[in-house]
Amino acid sequence: MDDLYREIIIEHYKNPSYRGHLDPNDISFADNNPLCGDHIEINLRVDDRGSVSDARFDGHGCAISQASADLLIESVIGKSLEEIKHLNKQDILNLLGIELGPVRLKCALLSLKVLKAGVYGLGSASDDLLE
Amino acid sequence: MTLDISKIRQDFPILEREIRPGVKLVYLDSTATSQKPVSVLAAMDEFYRHSNANIHRGVHVLAEESTAMYENAREAIARFIHAKSPRQIIYTRNTTESINLVAYSWGRANLKNNDLVILTEMEHHSNLVPWHILAAEKGIRLEFIPVDDQGLLDLDVYRNLLSQGPKLVSFTHMSNVLGTINPAADIIKLAHEAGALALLDGAQSVPHFKIDVQALDVDFMAFSAHKMVGPTGIGALYGKTELLEAMPPFLGGGDMIKEVKLRSFRPNDLPYKFEAGTPAIAEAIGFGAAVKYLEGLGMDAIAAHEQEMITYALERLEEIPGVKVFGPVAEKKGGVAAFTLTGVHPHDVAQILDSLGVAVRAGHHCAQPLHEKYNIPATSRASFYLYNTREEIDALVNGIYKVKEYFG
Repeated sequence: MDDLYREIIIEHYKNPSYRGHLDPNDISFADNNPLCGDHIEINLRVDDRGSVSDARFDGHGCAISQASADLLIESVIGKSLEEIKHLNKQDILNLLGIELGPVRLKCALLSLKVLKAGVYGLGSASDDLLE
Repeated sequence: MTLDISKIRQDFPILEREIRPGVKLVYLDSTATSQKPVSVLAAMDEFYRHSNANIHRGVHVLAEESTAMYENAREAIARFIHAKSPRQIIYTRNTTESINLVAYSWGRANLKNNDLVILTEMEHHSNLVPWHILAAEKGIRLEFIPVDDQGLLDLDVYRNLLSQGPKLVSFTHMSNVLGTINPAADIIKLAHEAGALALLDGAQSVPHFKIDVQALDVDFMAFSAHKMVGPTGIGALYGKTELLEAMPPFLGGGDMIKEVKLRSFRPNDLPYKFEAGTPAIAEAIGFGAAVKYLEGLGMDAIAAHEQEMITYALERLEEIPGVKVFGPVAEKKGGVAAFTLTGVHPHDVAQILDSLGVAVRAGHHCAQPLHEKYNIPATSRASFYLYNTREEIDALVNGIYKVKEYFG
């Protein structure tokens, strides 16, 4: 339990650095986790070279879902869209620094699904995007 | 008569389980599914070891034994809800399938464009989506009895809706989130006076207090075995005989027919008309054993114990700063306490409680519209049954204080 609620997770949940919106933005996308109703929206600004110059997220959900969104958004600033397309489940787990069971994994991965669906310009965030 | 809870707990082997070394299970999720006593497990085990055969066919001893066990269970279930005849008990997979059976069979035959079906805002998805599907197919209209701030149905609005001439009122007897026990007899009587039929979702009421379908005068009632110490995969639909007789079959196949030609069939008599294909035989037998177990304890004693549990739980939960429990006061509800804790998502609450062995459910509990009404994405829900104790409620409360420490 102390692993799952490491200080870094509680800290990013309670005091996220990247919660908010970008207006205007180049990519904006939102989706839910139908099981628990967690909601994540991402906004990206992309520069001429196809790299993310700024990013924000908003939404509601459990500590795991919101902290992983904050950590993920922090990590993608400066990355190219091509690099984002290659992010997977393990990258999120590395950011969180914990192992997760199948139920909580869905919470942790929602932000990655939303981010990649936005970058690919898809209509919805599917599990196929996690590989 | 009061229940001897420590003796009852010995009937449920799972309650002895350690969830992790040194951490004992505190099971507070019986509203999702109840635990099963040894008598239910033994009845199903005995069937498979000793009598297993397909039913209603074959003349060998095993087939006859299996058929008798399957039908005896039906009789026990009929008696349990005080149905006039076991032929009024149709085995289904669960409450959801029972409601779908009414929607697809009775609904398709009797409802047409613009006909009104009245539901409530506190329904489980299983009593919403079948009617959404029918609305898309047939153009029926849906109206909802609102839930007030205390978690009670607004019956004045209901009376107004009844003046629009509804064909059916379909509602839950007890909310799986708020715990509200609705005044079913009054709601049914008013429906009948307006010329409508009434379908009662008994998933949360049949396990917890005495139900008399004849006294309620209800037209249909749906319930599940697994929430009343029985197995999963089996439930029942009760219906008034003349309604069931007039309804077209639901699923087609073996056992539901009297005669089949290449291009036609004649349906079987009740209840087999609605039981196509080989059913869940062992589970039906387990269902019968479950109602016998509950009868042995006495439904009034079970209801009294749960009332004591919820009264104590509400008292303890409401003393915790930041905890808000949804639904009415203890006297108007069953053993369900759905709550939020300020600043902490229900999943995180449930996760930390789990680390202490306390099993609660987090989410919208298949009642998303109700959560939207209260403007909350989810709740944590503790629920109590005949095997729960005050000490377990204390463990829940101590756990919530632990959650507050983490998120402090």
